[in-house]
Amino acid sequence: MSHTQHDASPIYGYLAEFDDKDALFACAQAARARGFTEIEAYTPTPLHGLPEILGYKNYVPHLVFLGGVAGVLTGFGLCYWVSVLEYPLNIGGKPFNSWQAFVVPTFETMILFASLTAVFGMIILNGLPQPYHPVFNVEKFARCSDDRFFFVVLSRDPKFDAHDTRRFLADQKALSVDEVPH
Amino acid sequence: MSQSTHHGDPDALIGPGHTMATLTDKISGIVLTQKHPLQWFAITGIAAIFASLLGLTVLNLFFTGIGVWGPNNPVGWGFDIINFVWWIGIGHAGTLISAILLLLKQEWRTSINRSAEAMTVFAVMCAGMYPLLHTGRPWLAYWLLPIPNTMGMWPQFRSPLIWDVFAVSTYATVSMLFWYVGLIPDFAVLRDKATKKVQKVVYGMLALGWRNAARHWDRYETAYLLLAGMSTPLVLSVHTVVSFDFAAGIIPGWHTTVFPPYFVAGAIFAGFAMVLTLSIPLRIWYGVDDLITDKHLDNMAKVLLATGWIVTYGYAVEAFMCFYSGSTYEEFMLLNRLKGPYWFQYWSLLLTNCLLPQIMWIPKLRRNIWALYFVAMSVNIGMWLERYIIIVVSLHRDFLPSSWGMYAGSRWDWAMFLGTLGFFTTAFMLFVRFLPMISIAEMKALVPHKPGLTTGGRGAAAHH
Repeated sequence: MSHTQHDASPIYGYLAEFDDKDALFACAQAARARGFTEIEAYTPTPLHGLPEILGYKNYVPHLVFLGGVAGVLTGFGLCYWVSVLEYPLNIGGKPFNSWQAFVVPTFETMILFASLTAVFGMIILNGLPQPYHPVFNVEKFARCSDDRFFFVVLSRDPKFDAHDTRRFLADQKALSVDEVPH
Repeated sequence: MSQSTHHGDPDALIGPGHTMATLTDKISGIVLTQKHPLQWFAITGIAAIFASLLGLTVLNLFFTGIGVWGPNNPVGWGFDIINFVWWIGIGHAGTLISAILLLLKQEWRTSINRSAEAMTVFAVMCAGMYPLLHTGRPWLAYWLLPIPNTMGMWPQFRSPLIWDVFAVSTYATVSMLFWYVGLIPDFAVLRDKATKKVQKVVYGMLALGWRNAARHWDRYETAYLLLAGMSTPLVLSVHTVVSFDFAAGIIPGWHTTVFPPYFVAGAIFAGFAMVLTLSIPLRIWYGVDDLITDKHLDNMAKVLLATGWIVTYGYAVEAFMCFYSGSTYEEFMLLNRLKGPYWFQYWSLLLTNCLLPQIMWIPKLRRNIWALYFVAMSVNIGMWLERYIIIVVSLHRDFLPSSWGMYAGSRWDWAMFLGTLGFFTTAFMLFVRFLPMISIAEMKALVPHKPGLTTGGRGAAAHH
């Protein structure tokens, strides 16, 4: 099962299992308070507030905004270039730059570009598609998509210590703590 | 059989006793186990025959040309555009349920949004076929797109017809993206629950390696919410643009400013009727009446009633303006609808779209599946008639009596319409068979929690 190893540690980290999201929240907060930075939580359904505890920045909205702007420029640019520069046609005496009419295609390309950015931006920022990930090496992790909550401390965390970290997680009302092999 | 599980609250959105685990098992079980009701095989079998009929009609159209259809002079648009508008309108309810109701925080959308989105995708496919085929030379359909070519030919961006190309293709793309994004976490559930190798591999690939990480969920929810926020104006723009195809023309019966809002309302009206048409049998056959509860049916019936009145208002304004405008042609158009050769279609439209849905005022009937099915079917037919009236009746007698004519769909028109119904039903039944028809991940958020442990409330406390 071993993959390219980025660090010397023989394991990916420790995985704690919870059956209650309150316990997971408490664990995440305790881990942050302890100074862990390389941590991740896994939940069957999105839990608001959890990502903030883990500490990270969500850039999806910024990307989508840029996607929308690109869509507007592309859409209007296309209409303008075709109707004014490339092939100006006199249609009922209307101006070549009939910008009011170009609003509709411009709007549609804005939505199209922004939507594509939202979806592919989310997928790419999430590092997907990812055929292999160490957490799946723990068999019970499959219950994460069912009804269990998981919390992992990565071995590459500067504060990681094989013995202490395991004890820390066990103290957090975890149902179980497992070693996650690479 | 369906009433037995509801002992508790009649307004519950989810049956009693459900936990995250039971939801996972119940919804993923439908897909992962091989047990499907006999009705599934019967309906899919019959629908597949009609889907083959679609193939046959399209083949015939390619070889013979659009002369096999009914349109003539003066009625240049017939079943092709009637069915295009009918299908695309049906698709709109899916977007309304998944996007607009999400933004309005209507939790009851959750168990019906997945199947409604599937309905949208398949309905848009059926819709998209018609404009492409009615060009007569579909192999030149790329002329519609702004592709640089040696002929130096470009689309005319001042025409509503090219707006339609942009609106419908964007709508089809965004609907599919929205559907797929919603499915990603559920693919992960299926991957984790699957026992067969092939299921594990296929659902695993579709899940893209989704592992329910909190950071992933956060980006996912942002993307999903933004998609919903963008789909909302998009869906309004699509049917508005479809209505511009008519409203920008000068034909009496088309040239009216009430079209955009009344087309959009009509689309939602038709779409909710189709959602009911599909979800009522599903909840019986698959026993998911604890997930698609009576409360859902009740709410959908209310939406049907409300949009039905907007549509009725549209008809009334249209009729009023015919006289108020003082235009002879407008006035004649209305009288021609009321007592011209197509009077039967117009009065049937008023009966099916305006009158019959009024039984939904009675609370008991909003929860009676037979009454609901009756109304849904009535609206399905009524909304088809509406497009028939708008297109055929407006075109067949315009300004000059010397250019009047009559229109009737040819047998190939009917064959293709039945064919798209078959294609739609087949695709939908395959969706039920292979994809979770209810969003597993989203349903879990509705599971009752211990006091103070709501999914959303936590965020406010943890956020600084």
